[in-house]
Amino acid sequence: MTRFFPFPLLLVSLVLMWLALTSLSLGNLIVGILVALMAVHGFAALQPSRPKIKKWHLVPKLIGVVLLDILRSNIAVATIILQGRRRQRKSGFLTIPLDLRDPTGLAILSVIITSTPGTAWMDYNSARGEVLLHVFDLVDEADWLDTIKNRYEHLLREIFE
Amino acid sequence: MSMPHAANLPLWAAILVAAFLVIGAGLTLIGSFGFWRLRSFYDRVHAPTLGTSWGTGGIVFASMIYFTVLELRPVVHEILIGIFVTVTMPVTLMLLARAAIYRDRAEQNPDVPVMEPARARLEEASTGSETGSRLQNGI
Repeated sequence: MTRFFPFPLLLVSLVLMWLALTSLSLGNLIVGILVALMAVHGFAALQPSRPKIKKWHLVPKLIGVVLLDILRSNIAVATIILQGRRRQRKSGFLTIPLDLRDPTGLAILSVIITSTPGTAWMDYNSARGEVLLHVFDLVDEADWLDTIKNRYEHLLREIFE
Repeated sequence: MSMPHAANLPLWAAILVAAFLVIGAGLTLIGSFGFWRLRSFYDRVHAPTLGTSWGTGGIVFASMIYFTVLELRPVVHEILIGIFVTVTMPVTLMLLARAAIYRDRAEQNPDVPVMEPARARLEEASTGSETGSRLQNGI
């Protein structure tokens, strides 16, 4: 089964994407499956790590938390930019020690942090498990540390580890 | 299938579409403005993320509502734009950020934004040199 259908989740996502971009019909479904199979086998040839999602029910929660946080930081960063230099702002680097080691979990964490306006993933030291962030409005370092560790990393560790 | 016409859009949908468009376009504009106004590279990196997050999101929502209402069927493929922008953006950003950090470390400029207060500058100098020596050790 896994020889012919490696990465079933990717396969299904690609078929759904094909159908969304064309139109729902049997012909498109067949072509979509063929294209997805080729893509999945090409992907398998790269020998990527196999992510294992252990707690599926937490995935919608993570998506919800992230979308809400991105919305809030959009408002925060837009306000800061519009206020210009009238407002005292301190931006700076922040090193956060992570317990998360799963490569997929780390990749998702980097996407979350980078997508959120106001925080940017700069560097990751895999030997020490430390990530270097740049924070646009670094008022309270402990607060940011708490957000990253308890809000995102905790959920990601539950999902992947 | 005839081309859907904007005049056929009910008022509630028109208001919703317009609101999402203004929010999305507005956030993107503010992001671009910040990109132009902010001083240091590390600050400027944050501004365009407005456009790539809810800036894109607002316009994508507007498009989904517009075509779903007009064509009387769910049109959701725009969501793919949001997904692809979100997933690919960190790659570009990290490439730029790491290049900037590498340059600053190579220039012994302890990768500090110009407007940093002195205390953070000191802290940054210590962590900066530490990471610099680790870089030399090839880790």
